[in-house]
Amino acid sequence: MDFNKLFQLIVAASLINNFVFTRFLGLCIFFGVSKKMETSVGMSITFTAVMVISAALSWVVFTFLMRENGLYPGYPDLTFLKIIVFIGIIAAFVQSADTIMKKVSPALYYKLGIYLALITTNCIILAVPLINAGEGYTFLESMAFGVGSGLGFALALVIMASIREKLELADIPAPFKGLPISFIVAGLIALAFTGFSGLITL
Amino acid sequence: MAHTHKSNWELIKNGMFSENTIFRMAISLCPSIAVTNSLKNGFFMGVSVIFVQTMVNLTVSLIRNFINPKIRIPIFMMVIAGYVSLIDMSMAAFARPIYKQIGLYIQLIVAFASIFARAEVFAVKNKIIPSVADGLGMGIGFFLAMIIISFFRELLGKGALWGFPIVSGNPLLIMILPAGGFFAVGLLMGFFNWVDAKLAERKAAQETTEKLAA
Repeated sequence: MDFNKLFQLIVAASLINNFVFTRFLGLCIFFGVSKKMETSVGMSITFTAVMVISAALSWVVFTFLMRENGLYPGYPDLTFLKIIVFIGIIAAFVQSADTIMKKVSPALYYKLGIYLALITTNCIILAVPLINAGEGYTFLESMAFGVGSGLGFALALVIMASIREKLELADIPAPFKGLPISFIVAGLIALAFTGFSGLITL
Repeated sequence: MAHTHKSNWELIKNGMFSENTIFRMAISLCPSIAVTNSLKNGFFMGVSVIFVQTMVNLTVSLIRNFINPKIRIPIFMMVIAGYVSLIDMSMAAFARPIYKQIGLYIQLIVAFASIFARAEVFAVKNKIIPSVADGLGMGIGFFLAMIIISFFRELLGKGALWGFPIVSGNPLLIMILPAGGFFAVGLLMGFFNWVDAKLAERKAAQETTEKLAA
């Protein structure tokens, strides 16, 4: 097990190629949820969990059922179906997680359940399996990438939420109130994150 | 929304201006910053979205009488994913250099809320031609937003447009970095809000003068 590579992947996914600030994924959710610290924390936990599990599921399906010579030598190359299959896996997983959580722990469901509905076909959840498939990571590397992406997203949400809570009370010119000023704030944070590039040459 | 009473041309204009995906409704934002670092990328992304949006609206409208409402969400996802896969593979085959830069974002068109929302809200309840018009309008609105954002970003960030150098001297490098993307969209959104506010002011002033005159 190449621990160094796994650690580098986590750092790369969370800081250097941060999903929100460098890759611009998950922006709709990002701007929608980061208004309050409470919702941000809940959302990040749900996200990381869904990301990691769906990355694992998609990896298994991709490697064994879609790649050439997956199940047996001579297995056809079905990778062109990856978009459809990944979306299917994620939607099915989120739906089942929703149902299971409702039955198994209603308290947790009422706390986090609403976020599950929001993230079903979010670009950031879909991006993790797609990047894993594109880069050809092993199982552990995919998991590490998923964990790193979740952490990066959580970091982005928490930073943004703490700023936005203060922004509510600031004196902003009328055309910029709401979304435009959030974009500019995000731009400033993205500028800071540019400082991470080159931290690890991956 | 009484879309059934609007003419097709009005539907197209609706998608381009009053319900423009990026600037008015602020959904499907992810690619708007990622691919607008050059006019070429923004152009191809916009064209892809026009294709997918129009074809999805067309297909959903064609099969709208055969869809069981309970399973409509997976069906929409399959239709959208199918067309996105189509354009993803075409681009990979015929436009390899562009695909290397925006490939991931083309694949993520499948997660666009706007395409899904139009299918759900419009295409499933309307006939074929209005649905195509609506899809075209929304797609062209997205395309215009891409062009506007990438125009500014590339001009300021590289002093070039579509790879052709236009302005000499040191460009503002930040504009083509991720941070610049956020700034560009935020400033443009603020600008559009300001324009909107001014137009509303002028309209209100006009109406009060008309009332006073009458």
